[in-house]
Amino acid sequence: MRDTPAPTTAAGPTGGGRRFPLSWIGAVPFFAYVGLFLLLPTAIVVIGSITAPGGGVTLSNFAGIDKPFMSKVFANSLGVSVVSAVAGAVLGAILAYAVVTGNPNGLLRRSIMSASGVLAQFGGVALAFAFIATIGTTGFVYVFLKSHGIDIYANTVWFYDPPGITLIYLYFQIPLMVLVFLPALDGIRPQWREATESLGGSTWHYWRYVAGPLLAPAFLGCTLLLFANAFSAYATISALLTNGSNYVPLQIQALLTGETEQSQPGLAQALALAMVLIVVVVMTLYALLQRRTSRWLQ
Amino acid sequence: MSKSRRLKLRIFRVVVLLLMGAFFLLPIGAMLEFSTRGNDVTSPRTLDAWVRIAQTPGLVKGIVVSLQLAVITSLGMLALLLPTMVWVRLRLPRISRIVEFICLLPLTVPAIALVVGLKPLYVWVNINVTPSVLALAFAYLVLVLPYSYRALDAGLAAIDLKTLSEAAQSLGAGWGTVMLRIIIPNMPSAILNASLLSVALVLGEYTVANLLNFQNLQVEVAYVGLTDANTSTAVAVGALLLAFVLLMVLTLVGGRLQQQHYIPGQRA
Repeated sequence: MRDTPAPTTAAGPTGGGRRFPLSWIGAVPFFAYVGLFLLLPTAIVVIGSITAPGGGVTLSNFAGIDKPFMSKVFANSLGVSVVSAVAGAVLGAILAYAVVTGNPNGLLRRSIMSASGVLAQFGGVALAFAFIATIGTTGFVYVFLKSHGIDIYANTVWFYDPPGITLIYLYFQIPLMVLVFLPALDGIRPQWREATESLGGSTWHYWRYVAGPLLAPAFLGCTLLLFANAFSAYATISALLTNGSNYVPLQIQALLTGETEQSQPGLAQALALAMVLIVVVVMTLYALLQRRTSRWLQ
Repeated sequence: MSKSRRLKLRIFRVVVLLLMGAFFLLPIGAMLEFSTRGNDVTSPRTLDAWVRIAQTPGLVKGIVVSLQLAVITSLGMLALLLPTMVWVRLRLPRISRIVEFICLLPLTVPAIALVVGLKPLYVWVNINVTPSVLALAFAYLVLVLPYSYRALDAGLAAIDLKTLSEAAQSLGAGWGTVMLRIIIPNMPSAILNASLLSVALVLGEYTVANLLNFQNLQVEVAYVGLTDANTSTAVAVGALLLAFVLLMVLTLVGGRLQQQHYIPGQRA
């Protein structure tokens, strides 16, 4: 990458001489800012998580993660993230396919894409209220179903449990999938299907041997993105579950706001680092799969 | 395409769009229903909850604070990011990858993890710079980096930056003139896009504000919701509908601006 001859300067006539140090000045404010408010906090998390209260390097903060209730907390977070990512990816892909098979310049496609843009960002406090108003115990849909003899909470009110959270997360996972997976579906040429047919292939053959393998990396990559998205989410569960901290972000919240006597910043930093590491691994895989997709997608 | 398959595809599309439409519209409808409920099941529809928005001092303050933060963050983002990106494209192309990497970094550091590192930093900021809630803009500028970077990058890629700035400079323009009178007027839709994405993100932000003990709109909505869910729901659905309107405006205006503005090297 370095050896490509880069046209470094715009000032042609006065060229020559050593302008190298000067040209860095323009980038200084940016690097100073991100250094202070992005890289420094990240460093605080990384260094803090391996520093003992009295100073010195330690892994004792991570010992705090290796507890039975912490495994449960991580299992909850990972469970909700995996299920909402897979379900969101499948449903989002189906919706994206329904969109792609329509008129490419039609009003339907444009409005679904715009709506997806808004709804994919619609995680947060408002989402919690939206579902409380829908299938909460006084919610519109719940009350309507109950008056027609269907009690979705007959056995237990699962609304505040992982199944409920997963359902709520689908509200932003499906639109996100539509946004990120649609370009891959757009890259599929109708000619490939015609070619399959002219060679005697059935619909099954087409999906199994042509479209499926082509879309698989994109689909997998988008699923990973959805996983990272759900795993990082905090606002909705924070607004919905006002007591208890059964998810990793809520554990961090409890440790940070420190209402308990033994406030443990080290453990909060260790949890934060664990989250960052999981997301970094997932996003790296996502980037690799995206690169593979972009090879044939033009 | 055979006739039966076309019919099958049509049925598939209608079923999918109806089911998805129901899933996505029901909660919005339910919010409208919930926010117009009276005290009793039998009592008539009322807009009391909507009226109470204006009567709840916390909410009004939260709305004002969040709007101020949105403006400060957008302007700060443009002031920091746009000159840097232009400078890097013209003078330091070899570090463009590093700048891109840094700008996209907040996508891989969850806000809830970043806030753990921001907490000690904000203790210092609150003592030495300002105790105001508006200090949140420092953190928000970082959160909006990935989205703003992509929007501005797309805008810069669409204009011939080098030719434009060289032409301006050869006519005697300084850097300030190049930025304000040449580059910015040539990429209005990208700047609008980046700003609106920032505004949307700031108006919906809860994580950082809540954990740093600042009261912005979302924190107030969550707080009011503990005692008066109807009013909180009214604010939530109001904000969502506003976001829809903003985005529709963006799509319409954006498309029009794109057609109008001058793109060197692009033939009609």
